[in-house]
Amino acid sequence: MKNRKALSLRIPEPVSRPGDKPDFSKIAVPEAGTVRKPPIDTRANEAMDLANGLIRVLNRKGEAVGAWDPKLDPETLRRGLKTMILTRAYDDRMFRAQRQGKTSFYMKCTGEEAIAIAQAFALERDDMCFPSYRQQGLLIARGYPLVQMMNQVYSNAADPLKGRQLPIMYSSKAHGFFTISGNLGTQFPQAVGWAMASAYKGDDRIAATWIGDGTTAEGDFHQALNFASVYRAPVILNVVNNQWAISSYQGFAGGEEATFAARGLGYGIPGLRVDGNDFLAVFAVTQWAAERARSNLGPTLIELYTYRVEGHSTSDDPSRYRPSEEAKAWPLGDPVIRLKDHLIHLGEWSEERHEAAEKEAMDEVRAANTEASAIGTLGSGKAPSAREMFEGVYKDMPWHLRRQRQQSGV
Amino acid sequence: MVSMNMVQALNSAMDVMLGRNEDVLIFGEDVGYFGGVFRATDQLQRKYGVTRCFDTPIGEGGIVAVAIGMAAYGLRPVVEIQFADYIYPAFDQLVSEAARIRYRSAGDFTVPMTVRTPYGGGIFGGQTHSQSPEALFTHVTGLKTVVPSTPYDAKGLLISAIEDEDPVIFLEPKRIYNGPFDGYHDRPVQPWSKHPASQVPEGYYTVPLGKANVVREGGDVTVLAYGTMVHVAQAAARDAGIDAEVIDLRTLIPLDIETIVQSVEKTGRCVVVHEATLTSGFGAELTALVQEHCFYHLEAPVERVAGWDTPYPHAFEWQYFPGPKRIGEAMRRVMEG
Ligand SMILES: Cc1ncc(C[n+]2csc(CCOP(=O)(O)OP(=O)(O)O)c2C)c(N)n1
Ligand SMILES: [Mg+2]
Repeated sequence: MKNRKALSLRIPEPVSRPGDKPDFSKIAVPEAGTVRKPPIDTRANEAMDLANGLIRVLNRKGEAVGAWDPKLDPETLRRGLKTMILTRAYDDRMFRAQRQGKTSFYMKCTGEEAIAIAQAFALERDDMCFPSYRQQGLLIARGYPLVQMMNQVYSNAADPLKGRQLPIMYSSKAHGFFTISGNLGTQFPQAVGWAMASAYKGDDRIAATWIGDGTTAEGDFHQALNFASVYRAPVILNVVNNQWAISSYQGFAGGEEATFAARGLGYGIPGLRVDGNDFLAVFAVTQWAAERARSNLGPTLIELYTYRVEGHSTSDDPSRYRPSEEAKAWPLGDPVIRLKDHLIHLGEWSEERHEAAEKEAMDEVRAANTEASAIGTLGSGKAPSAREMFEGVYKDMPWHLRRQRQQSGV
Repeated sequence: MVSMNMVQALNSAMDVMLGRNEDVLIFGEDVGYFGGVFRATDQLQRKYGVTRCFDTPIGEGGIVAVAIGMAAYGLRPVVEIQFADYIYPAFDQLVSEAARIRYRSAGDFTVPMTVRTPYGGGIFGGQTHSQSPEALFTHVTGLKTVVPSTPYDAKGLLISAIEDEDPVIFLEPKRIYNGPFDGYHDRPVQPWSKHPASQVPEGYYTVPLGKANVVREGGDVTVLAYGTMVHVAQAAARDAGIDAEVIDLRTLIPLDIETIVQSVEKTGRCVVVHEATLTSGFGAELTALVQEHCFYHLEAPVERVAGWDTPYPHAFEWQYFPGPKRIGEAMRRVMEG
C-alpha cells in the first residue's frame, strides 16, 4: 500500500448560505483605471491579465478614469441612465403583473441593466443580438415599444408572437433581436453562425450573444467558442456572471477554478473581464470587441461581472439558498446609482432630475400597461385566436394539421 | 402508511434508497442544497451529506454522461433533469451510450442509472416546460420508460427503477405532483390526501416495472393511459356515463401487453390517450399492438386522443390539453363504431 490518503470527492460550496453573513471578501476589486487597454489585434496568449483582471472605469468618487474611459458625451450618458431607469420600472411593473395573475411568469434583470443597455449603445443599431432571457434592456434601448413587450408578456390579442411563446421570450428581427429560447445556451453558437454568414457575405454587421454563468456549462458554450475561433467569426461572446444560476452559485459552473473570461484563452479567443455594473466600462469593452470584430480580427469573449439582485424568476425564492442581505453587500454597487453619481459629479445631473426621470419612467410604464391591459391579459380580455395554435408550424400547413385544427373546433 | 403527495413520495423513495445502499447517489441542477425546483430532493443533502446528493453544472449531457461513468464503476446514480424539455442535450448519451452499453460490451459494462424528469403540460409552462417526450425514449431500445400516476406508484416504481440493472427514464407528471388533476381546469383540484393512493408506506416497497394497473373496471371500452391522463380518462368515463375500463400502463417499456389484451378482448373497443403530440406518439405503438393482438375482437377502429401536432402553445393551454371532453367524444365514437 502506498502511503497516500484515499481519494475523496469534492463538492463545491459557496461561502455563505441563509443565516450566514454575506461574504465577498474573496472577490478582488481592483481600483478603477488600473487595467491596461491593449490594441484590438491582441492575441489570446497576450490577454491573460485582461481575462483575470477587472476592467473598471468609474471610481468610488464617481469619476471616469483610465485608458478604458470611452469619453461619452453627457447627453449619451443621460440617455443610458434613463434607459436603465425605464428598464427597472418596466421589470417592477411586470413582476407585479405576474403576482396579480395577469401572466404566468416573469424574470427581472435588476442590477444587471448596465450590461444590455451599455452594450446596445456600443453596438451598431443593425448588429444582430442573440440574447438570453435577461437582456430585455437591449430591446428597450433599441426603442422597441414597451406596450409590445407587455402584449407579449400578457399573451393578449396584440401579442406579436400570437400567444405561442412564453412571456419574456421576445423576438424582433426589426430590432436585431433573435427569438429567445427557453432552452439554455442554444443561441450562443447560433450567433457564431450568423456572424460567419455576415463574413461570408462581405457584410459589415457583427453578432453579439449573451449567456449566463451557469449556462457556460452547456456544450453549446464550448462549441460556440471553438467555431468562433476556427472561423474567426465577427462575434462578441458575452458571459453574464451574475454569481447565481437559480440556487447554484457560480462555483458549480467552474467559476472558482478560473474566470469565465479565461475560458476564451484556451480556444485562442481574447477574454476580457469587466465590471458589469459600470456603464462606462461595459460600453468601452464592447466597443473594443466590436471594433475588433468589424476589423476582421475575430471574436472576443467578455465576462460581465455582476450580481443577480432579485430572485431567478417569479417562481423563485432566493432566501432559501443565499443570505438575503447579499445584494446589499455586493462590492460593485448598483449600476444605476453609479452612473447617476458620475453624471452628478460631472455637473450634468442632480437628485431632482433623477427623481423626475424615475417618475417619468414610471408614468411611461403605467401608460403602456394601461394600454396593454385594456387589450387583455393571460386568461382575460382579448386573447389571440386559438387558430393561431396551428399556424406557423410549417410555412404551408400539411393535411394532418389542417385535420387536427378542424377536429379541435377552433 | 402516511399520506403523501407525489413529490413527497418520490422524496421518500430516494430517502429510502440512500439509506439502504451507499452506492446510490442523487444529483442534478439545483437538487442539492436547494432540494430541487420542485422540492423532490428536499432535505436529502442535509440528511446524507454533500457527496450523496449534490448540485451539478448546468449541462444535461454532462449529468447523464457522468452518471453513465459512475454506473460503469458500479454505483447507482439517480439524476434529475430539471424539466423533460431540457433533456435533449443529453440525448446522445442516452441513445448512443446508456441504451447500448450492455449490448455492445456483451454485458461487460452495464448502466443501472435512473433519469428522473418532470414532464407534461397543464401548468401554463409554454413550449419549454410542458413537453411529453416519452416516445423519443420508447423508440430507443435498451431504455426503460416509466410514468407513475399516483404517490403510491411513484415511490414503488422509483425504487424499482433504482434497483433495475438497466437505464430507466422516469417521467414524472408534474401536473399531478400536488393533486390528481382530472382535466377540469376551472374546478378546484383535490389534494392527494383525499385520494386512496396517497397512502404510502414509509419504508421500502416496490411496484414492479412492466405491470399495468386497471384503475377502473368496465365492460364497454378500454382506455389506455399513463401519467396525468389516467385521472383525466377516469373523469371522462365518469362524465360520459360510459362503462369504460381504464388501464394505467405505469411502464411503457417494458409494456404489460397481457393486461391490455385481456381488457380489449373483453370490451372489443379501445381508446388510447396521451398528452404528447399525436404523430409517431406512443399511442401509435399502442394502437398497432392492439390491432395485432386483438384484431378479431375489435368492434370499432382504435381511437387516439393526443396533444395536437404543434409546439406547446402558451396561451392556448386548454385548447391544446386533451381534456375529458375530447376523451369522452372519442369513447362515444368507438361505442357507436
Ligand atoms: C437546457 C436547459 N437546462 C435547464 C434549464 C432550466 N434553467 C432555466 S434558467 C436556469 C439557470 C441559468 O443560470 P445562468 O446561466 O447563470 O443565467 P441567469 O439566470 O443567472 O441569468 C436553469 C437551470 C433550461 N432552461 N434549459
Ligand atoms: Mg447566472
